[in-house]
Amino acid sequence: MNLIDLEKKINSELNTKINSSSINHNILNINISKDTLVDVLAFLKTNSFSRFRQLIDITAVDFIGKENRFRMVYLLLSHEYNLRIKIYFDINENEFVNSITKIFPSANWMEREVFDMYGIKFNDHPDMRRILTDYGFVGYPLRKDFPLTGHKEVRYSEEKKKVVYEPVKLEQNYRNFDYSSPWEGTKYLKKEVSKKDD
Amino acid sequence: MTKEKKTLNLNFGPQHPAAHGVLRLILELDGEVVEKADPHIGLLHRGTEKLIENKTYSQAIPYFDRLDYVAPMNQEHAFALAIEKIMEIEVPIRGQFIRVIFCEIGRILSHILNITTQALDVGALTPSLWGFEEREKLMEFYERVSGSRLHANYFRPGGVHKDLPRGLDKDILNFCNSFPKIIDDLETLLTDNRIFKQRNVDIGIVSKEDALDYSFSGVMLRGSGVAWDLRKSQPYDCYEQIDFKIPIGKNGDCYDRYLCRIEEMRESVKIIKQCLQNMPKGPVKTLDNKVSPPPKKELKESMEALIHHFKLFTEGYRVKKDEIYTAVEAPKGEFGVYLISDGSSKPYKCKIRAPGFSHLQAMDYLIKGHMLADVPAVLGSLDIVFGEIDR
Repeated sequence: MNLIDLEKKINSELNTKINSSSINHNILNINISKDTLVDVLAFLKTNSFSRFRQLIDITAVDFIGKENRFRMVYLLLSHEYNLRIKIYFDINENEFVNSITKIFPSANWMEREVFDMYGIKFNDHPDMRRILTDYGFVGYPLRKDFPLTGHKEVRYSEEKKKVVYEPVKLEQNYRNFDYSSPWEGTKYLKKEVSKKDD
Repeated sequence: MTKEKKTLNLNFGPQHPAAHGVLRLILELDGEVVEKADPHIGLLHRGTEKLIENKTYSQAIPYFDRLDYVAPMNQEHAFALAIEKIMEIEVPIRGQFIRVIFCEIGRILSHILNITTQALDVGALTPSLWGFEEREKLMEFYERVSGSRLHANYFRPGGVHKDLPRGLDKDILNFCNSFPKIIDDLETLLTDNRIFKQRNVDIGIVSKEDALDYSFSGVMLRGSGVAWDLRKSQPYDCYEQIDFKIPIGKNGDCYDRYLCRIEEMRESVKIIKQCLQNMPKGPVKTLDNKVSPPPKKELKESMEALIHHFKLFTEGYRVKKDEIYTAVEAPKGEFGVYLISDGSSKPYKCKIRAPGFSHLQAMDYLIKGHMLADVPAVLGSLDIVFGEIDR
């Protein structure tokens, strides 16, 4: 079983549930709709021609400015056929995603991380808490509109004899240089130059 | 009348020597038996992924050193491979061999640390004294090649930063010849040691099915008898040309994982020896100056080299719009980078898949029903490093 066969097979078996599929860098990418997630993953895990027994990772991508802002990404690995697959779908800020902890127990922390970093909420998750950020943290750090410096900073206060939280004060502004070249208007010239280099 | 069961909550860490870093583990105990373990992680969270999104690709590499800081170059490798695949850069053969040598040195570094500290957790002090002497030698190799003992920033997209300094290959070979003796010595201390066995055999057993379900990788997976190693199954760089074996455990307990690590160190020594023998002469990084900086002496003479140098260290190279997941077999398991580039010189998204994250997640499953004293033994055999788990 190679990726091309797998793509055909999955398309024929699951054709109502799959929106599109493609192969890129040895990974089969499959776009599904949000509600079929649990069915598709359970099918891929148990079926004899795929055997995607291992969930590698769950993550989200923030495409800020789009109507469906977040893209959920599920990476799976099949040891038996040595194949990788990526399942993805787009959701907006207020949508809930179904938890897959029943199929893959390891999804527990991965979903917690997605919630912690992007604020995406999951249905039927057994233990939805923040995971990586501080106790009592506010905001979702990996969203593109969250500032790199954050909002709060901590220090030990000698007077109060405890750690205190204060708004971030920067001695120097974070320098975000604009490196884009002002000469880039002439695309044709640049192409010629790069040809010579090769 | 039913008797009400009273459990004791115990806070283990975050400042406990056996917690291997800043793990806070909340244990629910019934007498001495653990009923539930709830790991609280994130005390070392530095926002690596957010920082990488705001830096150029070449500025992002040092962050990978700071993930699993006992085997820094293995992490850089995953990131370099991801960029190379997107940009279709070919790495010169000598560069590939050098990368493999240092990946295996990283594996030995990590396994020595793990085996000896695991032994320390269950009461053996000597292995760590012997093992750390060897780690010091290996970190000296790191220093000679990159200038620093830990945070190397040595692997670059397109190869490695610089060729080996003169004489280093001989010294690495000498190390390879003397190191198996040290492994033997460590084994005489531990492998048949009654106390070490009592503390590790049949503790923290993981079945094949559960290892897969809990997304285990690396030694955690192989210890349970799954023959899977990315160096064999999805070879990268020059692993295809090298002859080595993958040790596999039988019972999936802490002791089998220890044995796997010992054998992996022996295999790593073999790999390094083969690399040193077969390594050809030649360039160590791609000659395409759009990606790798030109040699310093050219800067004085060539205008073009100067421009390349300036552009590379201000704007950085651009990576075309694409997305990719690449994984390498790091000492602790499958270390992956999921990279989305948008055509600019900064990554749009970079998700880091750390093996330890899924391993620690299974702590509750592994420790349920064991005694409190088994917690350090299981934690030790998980091989967790907080740099990569908290990111």
